[in-house]
Amino acid sequence: MTDPVYVTDALIAEDIDAYLAGHEKKSLLRFITCGSVDDGKSTLIGRLLYDSKMIFEDQLAALEADSKRVGTQGQEIDFALLVDGLAAEREQGITIDVAYRFFTTEKRKFIVADTPGHEQYTRNMVTGASTADLAVILIDARKGVLTQTRRHSFLAHLIGIKHIVLAVNKMDLVGYDKTVFERILLSYRAFASEIGITNFTAIPISGFKGDNITALSDNMPWFNGPALIEHLENVEIGAAADEAKPFRLPVQWVNRPNLDFRGFSGQLASGKVRPGDAVRILPSGKTTTVDRIVTLDGDLGEAVAGQSVTLTLADEVDCSRGDVIAAADNPPEAADQFEATLVWMADEAMIPGRAYWLKLATQSVSATVQAPKYEINVNTLDHLAAKTLDLNGIGVVEISTDKPIVFEAYGDNRTLGGFILIDKLTNATVAAGMLHFSLRRAQNVHWQATDISREMRSDLKNQKPALLWFTGLSGSGKSTIANLVEKKLHRMNRHSFLLDGDNVRHGLNRDLGFTEADRIENIRRVGEVAKLMTDAGLIVITAFISPFRAEREMVRSMLPEGEFIEIFIDTPLAEAERRDVKGLYKKARAGQLKNFTGIDSPYEAPENPEIRIDTTAMTPEQAADVIIDRLLG
Amino acid sequence: MIDTLTHLDRLEAESIHIMREVMADAAKPVMLYSVGKDSAVMLHLARKAFYPSPPPFPLLHVDTTWKFKAMYELRDRMAAESGMELIVYQNPEAKERGINPFDHGPLHTDMWKTEGLKQALDLYGFDVAFGGARRDEEKSRAKERIFSFRTASYGWDPKKQRPELWNLYNARKAKGESIRVFPISNWTELDIWQYIARENIPIVPLYFAAPRPTVERDGLLLMVDDERFPLKDGEVPVERSVRFRTLGCYPLTGAVESEASTLSEVIQEMLLTTTSERQGRIIDKDGGDASMEKKKQEGYF
Repeated sequence: MTDPVYVTDALIAEDIDAYLAGHEKKSLLRFITCGSVDDGKSTLIGRLLYDSKMIFEDQLAALEADSKRVGTQGQEIDFALLVDGLAAEREQGITIDVAYRFFTTEKRKFIVADTPGHEQYTRNMVTGASTADLAVILIDARKGVLTQTRRHSFLAHLIGIKHIVLAVNKMDLVGYDKTVFERILLSYRAFASEIGITNFTAIPISGFKGDNITALSDNMPWFNGPALIEHLENVEIGAAADEAKPFRLPVQWVNRPNLDFRGFSGQLASGKVRPGDAVRILPSGKTTTVDRIVTLDGDLGEAVAGQSVTLTLADEVDCSRGDVIAAADNPPEAADQFEATLVWMADEAMIPGRAYWLKLATQSVSATVQAPKYEINVNTLDHLAAKTLDLNGIGVVEISTDKPIVFEAYGDNRTLGGFILIDKLTNATVAAGMLHFSLRRAQNVHWQATDISREMRSDLKNQKPALLWFTGLSGSGKSTIANLVEKKLHRMNRHSFLLDGDNVRHGLNRDLGFTEADRIENIRRVGEVAKLMTDAGLIVITAFISPFRAEREMVRSMLPEGEFIEIFIDTPLAEAERRDVKGLYKKARAGQLKNFTGIDSPYEAPENPEIRIDTTAMTPEQAADVIIDRLLG
Repeated sequence: MIDTLTHLDRLEAESIHIMREVMADAAKPVMLYSVGKDSAVMLHLARKAFYPSPPPFPLLHVDTTWKFKAMYELRDRMAAESGMELIVYQNPEAKERGINPFDHGPLHTDMWKTEGLKQALDLYGFDVAFGGARRDEEKSRAKERIFSFRTASYGWDPKKQRPELWNLYNARKAKGESIRVFPISNWTELDIWQYIARENIPIVPLYFAAPRPTVERDGLLLMVDDERFPLKDGEVPVERSVRFRTLGCYPLTGAVESEASTLSEVIQEMLLTTTSERQGRIIDKDGGDASMEKKKQEGYF
């Protein structure tokens, strides 16, 4: 069962130490396999594992039994059963998630990401591709280049995979016909150059029969090679290129075992570093030199891209998780507005304007995404107008972060250019992104330092600024109570300003409607205005339904700690509807008002408001007193 | 072309990166320590990741009271050497009811290990637990993420796993949820052995062949490790030269006959062997095809 390529058994048996010495020096290649549902991916991987002796007798026996029971290859071994791991998949005969496999040849160690081919699982392919050096794109020789082939090639290229292998599979089913292979090659080449893939290697194979996998097949004498394994063993990995780039180390963890030691731990994203090298800490820009490279095995004279190390610095400079230590003379930029490509990965569509967590290298910041400039149709590669991105949607967007992040273009550095977006409520990873460049407006708009500070302004008014944020259903009593609160504050000589939802929509926000995106923008603007007013020293009172937790949290995060006071006017829907002061519930129930909170649009009640007012248990007067006491008490 | 870093260098760097990343978001992490060779490698990597500090979390051994004596010895020695706190947890209910592998079958694993682990995590409020599982071990493991989310009741839903891109891990979670982190996911059995040799990592001597008292039962060679082993009528322990490819509870772990008494010989035997590592384990087999997947959904590590 063993092919010549894998004849190691003799060496292992005769001189294990020699074998191990050789094995220890092997390099590592990560690749993905992608193709349509029936292109034979799992069969190919099963074949690679089988040929490289990664399948043991007990597994083989189980496989043979399974093949006869549920296999699709008659009495022959169905290699696909070997890798379609989860029970659900075995029943449906499909692969539903990314699986990782391992095998070794004479020259290399391999980690294979097996990624599924169905349309709805684009996100899994992107996931598998993100760590791959090479992509094997499978084509069924009987079917040729399909829509899915184009999609997988585009995605592999998008993720920046430099090495593409076009494996034309099932050659046994087309009589090992050279013209079939050449026709497919021609049509793929035309498509590849369209999307910018200039270089790929095409190999005709049969994963099922084993042709051109480990060695060139007698069935296709017209093909001069290389065989698939030979190519995988010899393709150049990008490690040397990464080492040649300027030094960058995103700081993961500050190591402080005692007062005498302060080390900065992280994995080199690119370049090399030696003790004595001049480095710059970003985003602060402070410079110093590397003192030691500390490891359990003793100090190192040099560390290279990919290594996890701990550095100590010659000077006591501020440096913590999220900072990047970089070559002093060639540091990366920091910015807070970017253009990026996003791949949306959640069932819930992207909400323009909503704040998400953005994680890039070791930096975590709050970020908002604008409506896409365009969405890319992965099948036709057309640019389409879009207001949002749905699951598996890919688009080019502008992103703003709440503070500058250190970055590089994804094309230059995967670590400092690749990021994920995380939903702040569900904590799900909702998107993967690749930064293109920072937007000029962020670079050239600087904060202008003013001489009069917000403290000086509020001191003059003899008060502490605050934002009283009323939230609750329409008709819950927000405006009534807010108005009473302001009257009482006024009587107490406090400087205040009431921003009312309806009033703001007559002016500042007259261009906004009531869709989810517009509601978010409405709140964002109100938040910014309220922030300016608190900077002026005012006590700001706002009365907006503000139905979404995420937006209320976004406003909270704009203000200094403690200044945002969330007041939940808690009136049950039935009660608010009974009051129906403005007659809106009646209209909504009659279907004349769309997106009405509580009826056909959700209200997310605060989980931990600073103040909760139960309007069924107290009068507006009492409620106002409770709020004033909490504010001034 | 020779790369500066070998595959072992890269695996090591990746594992260290993962462990340090956990420290950013975890409130109370813990390392599950089973005393096996994978645990030994994981512990060694943790010491490297945080050196010169000791790893900033305790070791947790979910004990069944039925491990090999040699395992308890190494466990205590390694905890002392690493300067880490060692927490040993034994499910009090299993203890009281005298649950054991001879009389209680699958209930033994369920109560001591699955339930014991849940109880220990609840008792101490650990929100992140490192585990030494590898993707090459078993089919359902091949699809598990490095950061694997568990519901408040420690369930695992393979369809709700978060995508893991590049080396970016999303470790955010809601109250009550927890994460299992598998820093050696991408290591193979051969990598583990090779790394043990390269780094000179202490492992339980049971991995090396020696004459040991054994009986043959249901096709497995079991070692009579202490006097609790109930011999059947006519059963007499036979001295055989054996070693173990994996270690668990001694009455559930099959030995293989072997003469391999050095690391090189063990690796040699492993490379030339024709059966998989978990073959000596009973746990994968009860429940048919999807048994490990099912156990994981119930909360087994």
